[in-house]
Amino acid sequence: MPNAQSGFFEWVFFFVRTYGGMFLKGAGTTLLISLTGTVTGFVIGLAVGYVRAMPCDREDGAARYYVLRFVRGLLGAYIEVFRSTPMIVQAMVIFYGAAQILHVTMPYVLAGYVIVSINTGAYLSEIVRGGIQSVDPGQREAALAIGMTYGQAMLHVVLPQAIRNILPALGNEFVVNIKDTSVLNVISVTELFFVSKSAAGTYFKYFEVFFITSVIYFVMTFSITRFLRWLEKKMDGPENYTIHGSQTVPVGEIKLKGEPEHE
Amino acid sequence: MSETIVEVRHLSKSFGDHEVLRDVDFSVAKGEVVSIIGSSGSGKSTLLRCMNLLEKPSGGEVRFHGQNIRNAGFSLQMYRARVGMVFQQFNLFNNMTALENCVVGQMKVLHRSRAEAEKNAMEYLTKVGMECFVRAKPRQLSGGQKQRVAIARALAMNPEVLLFDEPTSALDPEMVGEVLSVMKTLASSGLTMLVVTHEMGFAQDVCNRVVFMDGGVIVESDTPEVIFTHPAQPRTREFLARILDK
Repeated sequence: MPNAQSGFFEWVFFFVRTYGGMFLKGAGTTLLISLTGTVTGFVIGLAVGYVRAMPCDREDGAARYYVLRFVRGLLGAYIEVFRSTPMIVQAMVIFYGAAQILHVTMPYVLAGYVIVSINTGAYLSEIVRGGIQSVDPGQREAALAIGMTYGQAMLHVVLPQAIRNILPALGNEFVVNIKDTSVLNVISVTELFFVSKSAAGTYFKYFEVFFITSVIYFVMTFSITRFLRWLEKKMDGPENYTIHGSQTVPVGEIKLKGEPEHE
Repeated sequence: MSETIVEVRHLSKSFGDHEVLRDVDFSVAKGEVVSIIGSSGSGKSTLLRCMNLLEKPSGGEVRFHGQNIRNAGFSLQMYRARVGMVFQQFNLFNNMTALENCVVGQMKVLHRSRAEAEKNAMEYLTKVGMECFVRAKPRQLSGGQKQRVAIARALAMNPEVLLFDEPTSALDPEMVGEVLSVMKTLASSGLTMLVVTHEMGFAQDVCNRVVFMDGGVIVESDTPEVIFTHPAQPRTREFLARILDK
């Protein structure tokens, strides 16, 4: 163990050697909660965004109209409440609220997962709704015109394009979640920040430990950002369509450049 | 006169206070190739869009083989599958290849098997000369190519009548020809077609009947010879004089 005269890097190496496994476990918990929370939040966002983007016309029947209006009001309230309070406060309210009112003590990681999911769902609902509106209405019309129902048109034509359009925002939300799960330390979730705080507190070496912590956070978010960028490019496919006239003679290859979309 | 496929009666449509269609009566019979001409804002496209309920008519009714399509128990989806539509802006599904564009409706609406749907799709993609581009995404195609795929997509549903909403208006001039020649081939193959168009040559040479609309009403409906050589209505004469003398 380094002593009082030891330098910065000696302490850093000491912590990596001694607490390396704990850091990795904490980082694992961070990734687990942020990944599952983002995915679940996306599913919530899809459902809520879908309902909020549905056409609501009084001509289609009064009952349907009022039910839809009511459900939309509830969903709107959910979005506003969770976007207007900090996640650290939501964590306290949900965790201790569940303990006091429902008399259940949630396992910490599960509580973290639930909180991140609900919070992310609120943000992604609006992003999904925007994504649906960003798809040219002609796409939906064409789907309806060949006889699809509204649901089929959304499922096969509109949503795939909407999701492609919001992928950058989705990746962004995931990265934000990796960092923001650190607030879950207030309800004792043993994620990366919680682990770091414990290790640092034991030796009163906050700078050294949190230097390591920031490197771990950076590596996680940076590699995930790169991976998502690569995924987007791959999904889009090539710009050109190539007809292979001949496999061997380069002249036999005709390339057709697509025109820009007519707006 | 052969059997009437689609018929509209006393059709009217308003957007707010603006009356776009006023009491329009109109029908298309099997095997007819009808073009609707008229200046912008005359209600041609709205009439077409009301016929497959992409716009809800404010009044009147649309009948398919004599049956009101708003009747309870009448499937709007099956009706739309029987009445194809080709759009000005093509509206190919951007998330699918040319082939998938022509397959998805057959599978999801008509419940055909993938093998059957693909075979049928290939037949029509070949008919419009797009068989080399089956795997292309819409953004890799030119406007004329997109519109040809869109026509194949509509045909693959084996509709009884095909509605064209200004199919060449969004195309570069040199691409208009390829789409019109596909449409000519279809017309001569006996397909029932209703074409909203500004292509007077097409209306004159290919259609059996030309309908002139102005101010939300049908002013005149007759054979191309009558409409283009000695129209009965002064408004038709004025319109044609403006268009053709340019």
